[in-house]
Amino acid sequence: MHRDMLRIRMVEESIAERYAEQEMRCPVHLSIGQEAAAVGVCHALKHTDRVFSTHRCHAHYLAMDGNLNAMLAEIYGKAAGCIGGRGGSMHLTDPAKGMIASVPIVASSIPLAVGTALADQIDGNDNVSVAFFGDASVEEGVFHESANFASLRKLPVLFVCENNLYSVYTALKDRQPPRPITELARAHAMSFASADGNNVAAVFEAAQEAVARARQGNGPSFLLFDTYRWREHCGPGFDNNIGYRTEAEYETWRLRCPLEASRAKLHAQGKLTPADEASLAAKIKQEIDAAFEFAKAAPLPQPSQAADHVYA
Amino acid sequence: MISLGDAIKEGLTEVAVRNPSVLLMAEGIDDPSSVYGTTAGIGKHIDPKRIIEMPVAENGLCGVAIGAAMMGKRPVISFHRVEFALLAMEQIVNNAAKAHYISNGRHKVPLVIRLIVGRGWGQGPEHSQSMEAVFAHFPGLKVVMPTYPRDGKGLMIAAVEDDNPVIVIEHRWCHYVMGDVPAGYYTEPLDGPRAVHHGKDVTIVATSYMTLEAVRAAEALEELGYSATVFDLRVLRPLLLDKVFESVLQTGHLLTVDTGFKKFGVGAEIVSQVVANCFPALKAAPVRMGLPDHPTPSSRGMVPGIYPDAAAILRNVGQMLGIAENKVNGAVEKLTANRKGLPIDVPDPFFKGPF
Repeated sequence: MHRDMLRIRMVEESIAERYAEQEMRCPVHLSIGQEAAAVGVCHALKHTDRVFSTHRCHAHYLAMDGNLNAMLAEIYGKAAGCIGGRGGSMHLTDPAKGMIASVPIVASSIPLAVGTALADQIDGNDNVSVAFFGDASVEEGVFHESANFASLRKLPVLFVCENNLYSVYTALKDRQPPRPITELARAHAMSFASADGNNVAAVFEAAQEAVARARQGNGPSFLLFDTYRWREHCGPGFDNNIGYRTEAEYETWRLRCPLEASRAKLHAQGKLTPADEASLAAKIKQEIDAAFEFAKAAPLPQPSQAADHVYA
Repeated sequence: MISLGDAIKEGLTEVAVRNPSVLLMAEGIDDPSSVYGTTAGIGKHIDPKRIIEMPVAENGLCGVAIGAAMMGKRPVISFHRVEFALLAMEQIVNNAAKAHYISNGRHKVPLVIRLIVGRGWGQGPEHSQSMEAVFAHFPGLKVVMPTYPRDGKGLMIAAVEDDNPVIVIEHRWCHYVMGDVPAGYYTEPLDGPRAVHHGKDVTIVATSYMTLEAVRAAEALEELGYSATVFDLRVLRPLLLDKVFESVLQTGHLLTVDTGFKKFGVGAEIVSQVVANCFPALKAAPVRMGLPDHPTPSSRGMVPGIYPDAAAILRNVGQMLGIAENKVNGAVEKLTANRKGLPIDVPDPFFKGPF
């Protein structure tokens, strides 16, 4: 899990570094700071499970072992992209790995996950569906519609809320009354759990339990993971200076870095030496550099392809 | 001889029995009303797991149906009025219409969304819209409006077997239209308009219930010594107008009449394509008919003049062809007399057919 988090962090930072080149010509919503929630949950899944994400989908895609070359090619708008350049950064998809779809309209992919869970329940297999979403999604009606139906039918689906405290620039406290978000799950008679979203082991433990419950036919769960978006809502930079949050708040969360926490723990347990990590990082860097090279060199799709796949 | 409503039920039953992937979803799917009887008793023929009572949550359940469809199911979701689909537009437009495109062809959404248009008995502004132009606006969707029982069954089976999301808009008054329907399983391809009346002086393109009004107008026109070809458009997306172009090249005249608002409506698209393709053949400016530029009120006091009918179609055709006004007036009077003083808010028994 530490390797996966490190890889996501390094991919995201590489995107941020190169974004100013203006070759990645689509919006990017980076997952830096939120790696543990993605990795902890996806580590509890199989590739036959069904994962749905949002505009902020890089970490989920990579945590499901989505193809890195295809991801970067997609962001570069290339034909070799995971969806041929049709969606860009906000629509990362790799069905072979269980990454079914990412939809950038808030809460829009939640009912899709409930739908795949319904199909799996009817088919009698033990696949589990997962809807990743942010704290603002629970303000959308479709979240409640989906939760109500999933609970009613005991569908094998996980509602995974990554609470990063902000919807673009608006703080949670300005959008929702002061109550634990998990109370919403209680209102839908659904099992729920919350954990430190920056503690990958805690996330994994909560996810494992919810996944087992779903596989056994015991219904959906709501998982709440508190975390923090380090960079701007959309784009490669930091934005603590523009007035909606403080540098002090950011610093507090940076000290709770999920990657640092995992590193410290592994060091203390003697499972990872600094030398191990350096060689791990070097390998990942090689992979990332090669993927960027691939994506940059890959050809653009043709204008004639824009009209393909409108109808099956 | 069965009604369109029963033909649709037969179609849904046939396809659900034949294809185990078919799921049926609606509010009150198996209640005493069962979506105007169109889903009644289907659960006796298939695994009851596939009959899904849906909470009152149109957007959520539309999304659920899309997710299930992405996994290979063939959900048929029914709303009692078109207006309820407005709650589900986000899922329909962003996910149903685009999942195949965005996934670069990997995902398919074999989904049918049935929407029912209300009319009469004071349905009012939010229970009587058909909105076919809204759905037909989006690439990725198919849009079907059956008028006759044979089409109702065959188009419905074809819609369910189609690998794309298909919006089927059924006019509540068409549910009563009677006609012969082949027994068993068959499909009517989703391939566009069908000529339901043949003539040489004017081409009329109609949708849904307006097809019945147009045919009646065409019959009255014959008594005046003129004739019309009437197309039942049937499939609005994909919009395949070759047969219409061919007809207009012969008649030189086009009139469209549909169940939606006239402005920005289906007629606008058809007229525009006909003008672009048949301009030199046109002998008069095409005429569009549809609902006026205001909502449809409930009171029968305000309804007269709102819905296009055979008389209004006849008047427009008369003007277009230069038929003497007194002759047209006589024919209109006859049409009115045939209604035998029936209130304006109930369907004319004439329209039950058989067709």
